[in-house]
Amino acid sequence: MKQLLKLSAATLLVVGALGVQASTLSDVQAKGHVSCGVSKGLAGFSAADSAGNWTGVDVDVCRAVAAATLGDAQKVKFVPLTAKERFTALQSGEIDMLSRNTTWTITRDASLGLNFAGVNYYDGQGFMVKSSLGVSSAMELSGAAVCIQAGTTTELNLADWGKANGIDYNSVVSDTNAQTLTNYDSGRCDVLTTDASGLYSMRAAANDPSEHVVLPEIISKEPLGPVVRQGDDQWFNIVRWSLNAMITAEELGVTSATVDDVSNNPERERLMGRSGSTHEYVGLTPDWTYQIVKQVGNYSESFERNIGLNTPIGIARGVNALWTDGGILYSPPFR
Amino acid sequence: MKKLILDSIGKSQHRGLNFRDLLYNNEARAFFFQVVTFILVVGLFYTAIGNLFHNIEERGINTGFTFLKNRAGFDILPFLGNYLVDYTPESSNFSVFYVGLINTLVVAFIGIILSTLIGLLIGIARLSNNYLVAKLAGGYIELFRNIPILLQILFWYNLFINIFPHPKQSFAFFDIMFLNQRGLYLPKPIPEDGFMVVVLALLVGLIASYFVKKFYKKKHELTGVHTSTWPFSIAFIIGLPIIVFLVLGSPLQFDISVLGKFNLKGGMNVVPEFLALTFALSVYTATYIAEAIRSGIEAVDKGQKEAAAAIGLTPTQSLKLIILPQALRVAIPPTINQYLNLTKNSSLATAIGYPELMSAFGGTVLNQVGQAVEILAMAMLVYLVISLFISILLNYVNKKMAIQGR
Repeated sequence: MKQLLKLSAATLLVVGALGVQASTLSDVQAKGHVSCGVSKGLAGFSAADSAGNWTGVDVDVCRAVAAATLGDAQKVKFVPLTAKERFTALQSGEIDMLSRNTTWTITRDASLGLNFAGVNYYDGQGFMVKSSLGVSSAMELSGAAVCIQAGTTTELNLADWGKANGIDYNSVVSDTNAQTLTNYDSGRCDVLTTDASGLYSMRAAANDPSEHVVLPEIISKEPLGPVVRQGDDQWFNIVRWSLNAMITAEELGVTSATVDDVSNNPERERLMGRSGSTHEYVGLTPDWTYQIVKQVGNYSESFERNIGLNTPIGIARGVNALWTDGGILYSPPFR
Repeated sequence: MKKLILDSIGKSQHRGLNFRDLLYNNEARAFFFQVVTFILVVGLFYTAIGNLFHNIEERGINTGFTFLKNRAGFDILPFLGNYLVDYTPESSNFSVFYVGLINTLVVAFIGIILSTLIGLLIGIARLSNNYLVAKLAGGYIELFRNIPILLQILFWYNLFINIFPHPKQSFAFFDIMFLNQRGLYLPKPIPEDGFMVVVLALLVGLIASYFVKKFYKKKHELTGVHTSTWPFSIAFIIGLPIIVFLVLGSPLQFDISVLGKFNLKGGMNVVPEFLALTFALSVYTATYIAEAIRSGIEAVDKGQKEAAAAIGLTPTQSLKLIILPQALRVAIPPTINQYLNLTKNSSLATAIGYPELMSAFGGTVLNQVGQAVEILAMAMLVYLVISLFISILLNYVNKKMAIQGR
């Protein structure tokens, strides 16, 4: 009888727990960290060093959310995921947000129970080949073996592009970035295709970057951004506006070094939480955006620190410059 | 239960149907608790599944199986599944399921055959009187059994793509077969009109040799005269189809691979992912099969071998006629388990990108449509069916091999 009681108690608990869904913000604040899904290692976007410190532009979005919600950009638990695992991990609640160079598409936004909270890097799919192959355009690639990572929009774009241009290829699909790179290095395939940013990142990590050429063709739009679960609008707003805060800070010229300076620009004062009540709308403390800029920096700082021209990855701002500088980076107003 | 109620009714005739009797009746109590547990378990599953679908809907995730009809839109590494299903990115997600299934079955089938052959060889070698052979077999088993299979798959795959040359410097065998880091390129047979007759001849040959064998076996049992049947077998199985083939004017062409700009083109490409996976699984599973065979042989009484020697059988005859038939009785059940393990382990192929069920369907399709519950349930069902099928088949063999009372 005792066992029976135990069993029914356990049953009630399990059934009870299945039905309960707390808000992500209170969950995060209760456990004291943000669980953020990142890649298994893509230099400049999300990669851990030998000491286990994560850096990268995707990592900085996680850190910005932690700074906003917990006041400490270090309170992030990074969960490295393969491309295939990422959506399931977010859907199941294993992670609070996903910031893993993930392309925003209608299928993902509308059918996976997920919402994209913005774009933190505008990318496009490109091709990399070994210089020794003597190929200068992707149109010459008919008959080649192409290395791709499984579970990406890359696979779909490649098939569409191949069909549209009458290019026949063999796709060699791997689970992880590392195996894709090994396949390419060993010569299992002739071409590596992924987002251009990823190609630059991999080329920078190669023994001799000059042995590899990134071909000029960009065959797709790949807006990469953070993703949250559908159905928690407060959390969605927090992630979206944490990213927007970084972009607006760049627009207003606020950096982590100058964030404490008082100015008479009303928008800047609003951004820093010294006037207005934006914090109440998202349910955070008035200094939430201040903490983001103070601890993580503005968008430009994050970009230049991780993937800018002075880093080994060496990507120019290009389309990722502010709209005022000829790019397409644009945050709705902080008002 | 019927008996139980009848019992209580029987008792009730003496003392009236008493609730206390039922309460203190061990059988009744046991039955009551089993019913309660059953209801609770079913109720738990029912609630959990209901909850799951409720949550999935609440979060706006698609449900149902309509995704199977949608265009897949991605390419799959060309191998057997692609050719048989005629797969292109325009095919449906359901075709991907078939491609994955075929690729899984090929690995399981070839892996089971290879691992049995290696296992049999190593198992017998392990008990060899030759010290070196026995120790080598023992070393093989200890080495491959004690390294995780995933690691072995990755090792053989990366070894393969790194030690073999680029397609431009392929190893060529008589200029019809090529081996390079992109796999083995075999000539692709293209049957022409009349080739079916050759296949028919082969079939006739097989049936004929079966009956010849049966005839001489009966003769052996009746008269004790032993006749070798292998010359007949060769004549029927190999000779007959060749004669028919030549008479019909060789109705078969071969498409041989030629070097294109990047790759070898044409022919039949056996991809390195398949080679590495099948090799790793066979080598690994063979260690367990070898141990099963060894334990089977050791389970045969020593007297059997001595008796075989005493009546003048050669060691080979004694192994083939006396030891193995008895050893297999003991070895078959654990070997079935290994076949099942091999089939299930084939899903590790996802690590090297061999497009089997879990990689192509449970991986790529899952990621593109995001319906984890449906897709994984389908994949689980397939592995369940394959495993049960192997199980049933080998249990039948096991029954056949078991000692029959005469």
